[in-house]
Amino acid sequence: MIPADFKYLFPSTVDEAVRMLAEEGEDAKVIAGGQSLVPVLRMRLAAPTALIDIGGLTELTGVRDDGDSLLIGAMTTHYEVQRDHLVQDHALLLRLVTDTIADPQIRHRGTFGGSLCHADPAGDLLAPVLALDAVMVIAGPGGRREVSAAEFFVDYFTTALAPDEILLDVRVPKYTGWGAHYEKLNRVAQAWSIVAVAAAVQVRDGTIAAARVGLTNVGSGPVRATDVESALVGLPATAESISAAAGRASSGDGYKDNLARVLTGRALTAAVG
Amino acid sequence: MTATAEPEVGKARLRKEDARLITGQTRWTDNIRLTGMLHMAVLRSPVAHARITNIDVSRATAMPGIALVLTGEDFAAEQGSLPCAWPITEDMKSPAAPAIAVDTVNFAGEIVALVIADSAYHAADALEAIDVDYEDLPVVLDLEEALRDNDLVHADLGTNKCATWVFDSAEAGSGTNVEDEIAAAEVVIERTFRQQRLIPAFMEPRSVVVDCTAGMYTVWSATQIPHILRWMLSAVTGISEHKLRVIAPDVGGGFGGKLQVTPEELLCLLVARRMNRPVKWTESRTESMLSAHHGRDQLQKITMSARRDGTVTGLKVELLADMGAYLRLVTPGVPILGAFMFNAIYKFAAYRFVCTNVFTNKVPTDAYRGAGRPEATFAIERMMDELAVELDIEPMKIREKNWIRHEEFPFTTVAGLTYDSGNYEAATARAMELFGYDELREEQARRRESGDVVQLGIGISTYTEMCGLAPSRVLGALRYGAGGWETASIRMLPTGKVEVITGTSPHGQGHETVWSQIVADKLGVPFEDVEVLHGDTATSHKGMDSYGSRSLAVGGTALVHAADKVLAKARTLAAHMMECDEADVEFTSGSFSVRGTSTARTLGDVVLAAHVAHDLPEGMEPGMDADATYDPDNFSYPHGTHLCAAEVDTETGMVKIVRYVAVDDVGTVVNPLIVDGQVHGGLAQGIAQALYEEATHDEMGTLTTATFADYLVPCAADLPAFLTDRTTTPATSNPLGAKGVGEAGTIASTPAVVNSVLDALRHLGVRDIEMPMSPERVWTALQGREDSGAGEVAAGGLGSIDAQGGQS
Repeated sequence: MIPADFKYLFPSTVDEAVRMLAEEGEDAKVIAGGQSLVPVLRMRLAAPTALIDIGGLTELTGVRDDGDSLLIGAMTTHYEVQRDHLVQDHALLLRLVTDTIADPQIRHRGTFGGSLCHADPAGDLLAPVLALDAVMVIAGPGGRREVSAAEFFVDYFTTALAPDEILLDVRVPKYTGWGAHYEKLNRVAQAWSIVAVAAAVQVRDGTIAAARVGLTNVGSGPVRATDVESALVGLPATAESISAAAGRASSGDGYKDNLARVLTGRALTAAVG
Repeated sequence: MTATAEPEVGKARLRKEDARLITGQTRWTDNIRLTGMLHMAVLRSPVAHARITNIDVSRATAMPGIALVLTGEDFAAEQGSLPCAWPITEDMKSPAAPAIAVDTVNFAGEIVALVIADSAYHAADALEAIDVDYEDLPVVLDLEEALRDNDLVHADLGTNKCATWVFDSAEAGSGTNVEDEIAAAEVVIERTFRQQRLIPAFMEPRSVVVDCTAGMYTVWSATQIPHILRWMLSAVTGISEHKLRVIAPDVGGGFGGKLQVTPEELLCLLVARRMNRPVKWTESRTESMLSAHHGRDQLQKITMSARRDGTVTGLKVELLADMGAYLRLVTPGVPILGAFMFNAIYKFAAYRFVCTNVFTNKVPTDAYRGAGRPEATFAIERMMDELAVELDIEPMKIREKNWIRHEEFPFTTVAGLTYDSGNYEAATARAMELFGYDELREEQARRRESGDVVQLGIGISTYTEMCGLAPSRVLGALRYGAGGWETASIRMLPTGKVEVITGTSPHGQGHETVWSQIVADKLGVPFEDVEVLHGDTATSHKGMDSYGSRSLAVGGTALVHAADKVLAKARTLAAHMMECDEADVEFTSGSFSVRGTSTARTLGDVVLAAHVAHDLPEGMEPGMDADATYDPDNFSYPHGTHLCAAEVDTETGMVKIVRYVAVDDVGTVVNPLIVDGQVHGGLAQGIAQALYEEATHDEMGTLTTATFADYLVPCAADLPAFLTDRTTTPATSNPLGAKGVGEAGTIASTPAVVNSVLDALRHLGVRDIEMPMSPERVWTALQGREDSGAGEVAAGGLGSIDAQGGQS
């Protein structure tokens, strides 16, 4: 691999990283686990003048309990998310999604925050983060701000993150006791999803109390299936009601529309089961 | 010297190559660093067909570390034309094939400029500073459209038709007239199949290093064919062959993709000569996919005639084969390698094969694992299923009705080949037993009846192929530019150790292990005492290299003959040493003895006596070495029965192979572990053609599958556990009884998989699905819609980025 020439910087605090980003200008790029950026550098599709490696910012690593929500550090690797007890207990969907990301090598290098900032609509973490109403905690020259997932994902490979900002944490509300499932259709193990559906369902006494459904790779960003979610509420947690609601995942007659409906049905069935 | 107690042949030895490969102790071409070495980087055309109106290298030349920037004009006088060794017909159209484009580019990926720099980094940076102006020419991509000659790939040829090659059983005297059979037939079926374009995707990207010191050129290359490369480089450049040494160090896979004389090899040599400095070029994966030759890419129109009882009578094959933009080493001959195999294991009365080779503005095609034979096997095995459906006969029964019975061997086919041995009944019986054929048919019926979302299909492939390329006289008759013999030498060292030199050139096959096993048995020496040298024209001065499942059947036979020569001389000397008549000398377990006495000399004793030469029989030369060159008098014909059970999710179109049985008859097996490995890898590649892999282009002729994010090579997780077994009918054409196994898995598996998917869906109205059978294609077929042919929905990830943008 021979990327274009770049300056390499290794900050040791968030403030230093933010300052470096400002100094290097908008052609600088933050590198986290490198699992998306490095292939792009390899093909010279991007030629940042400086890479600011935030691998030394240990405060961005790990999952913390923050009352009603979890704070997942942006530099937490997929491998760490997979094995985290807080995630297992309060955000099961994220663990199930993370289990399907690429292969063990990539899960040891790739980071939770890096995937979200890369904002590939085929990336597995976008749809569940959107569906779970997560909030992005961002640092910039002007201090810290919070942006909802719905506002964060703007377009293909585009987020609300300004060139001089860094994602610090992702605040995920607790979904304790919710059922969850990620239904993913990909052609070979290392391939991205053609379509995938992330579903979390809260069932009380055989009735669906609440549902969250996000679709991967059906648009220029993650798509939340709000029609499906609202149709489910109050229905008995049975195959028939799920099937009818899943039909609202898409109205088109193309292949991906079909997959959206079929996989939504399967994801919900598994989540309820 | 210890005798080998149990025979080495047949032993599942771990490969002696693997420790150094796995622990990184070997040296690949790209690891070679020479003092003063320069690095070459290649600028490739982003457009498929254009006139080059201007190239400005001034900015690039001024960049740090740049020694030289060169364009086609700099080489126009000296580069000649890359060789094509297989002019299949007398009137074949053959375009000039420059290594670097001079005024016109004919495929996206063709070389337009070179940067020579002090580091690979500087070289890559300077590529971006070269400005090339292109004037677009019409792009020819579609085979049938190309034949209309509205737009031409090579204007000077006046046509896109390269050549037409015909075999006709009536003309050859090997059968009747196919048109007569079709006219008189009770049933005629006609189908068209598309063999998609594939990329060999060897693991080690190509790499070349050239050193010229004191007028001697040494070329290291990640190639399958060091001997052929030396000959061809000499022919093209005029550098005397004895001043050229080619070394193929450990090479990481080829699959036919490194059976080539590449533009980059030639250009590295020319640059090293020009600059009198060592030069290295190593490609990236994307560069490899954009420029290393591709495989397959044919349209097959097949007509088959039969009687209502299922007996086949006539077979007519009309092919269009995509050459790409140029004829590389054996490009035009690849489809011809299939010409003799469409009739396969079946007894047709008449056969006609017509292949039209066509130029397009795409990467040249050439050999890829199976080369011509997978295409033939696919077509015939698909047709046998189609005929079974047409006549409502069980698909295995219709094959059985038509195949050559074991008692009929040797059998001369309608294509004129003589199959020496085989037993299709035995392989099939074993495969059906392992597979649980009847139980799976019952399960299939249950799912059909219940309308299960996941349907089950069973696919059959009862294949044969031709290996052991090849009898030289046959190659001559086919107008191939070289012979098909192979050579081996044995050097007995004074301490009793053995050096074996082979003209084959392994690139992952395990020849060092297998050759050692053969020699250990023949000479009664320990396996560990044998060293196998290969891939260097200075130590192995002649050979025809490795491809076409030839190495063991041809090269192994040469080795057996060389060992026989060693033993013959040693026997004479042993008799002299033991003062007995040569006829009384027995050789067992590495020791010569006088029959009926306890007098004995080990081979080691005899070798030492030959080496010191103090007391040799009158006229005997000192030393105990032998050379042998073997030219086969027939091909070898592996065969077998592959059975595939696939589940098809009718809601998503996803195909999952749930059981795969391969029973292969590859003749006598020297090392079962290596044979299993070859079968497993072959299956992976054959299944990949059925389900995953396809090189696609946009309407401008740009390759849209130039990374492994887009070109889907399956990994272990995507493939089922393979159930493999063997039947053994030794080849009669060589003393080892070996037939070859390098390509069998690939050749057999593709139709088994496709047949299984169609078998799962036929009752739902699906008649055919193009390869690769992606979930979208399967689902589209289930909707009763036409395949748009537009390829896949964007799979996202790197697949949704334009991966063509850069090549470093």
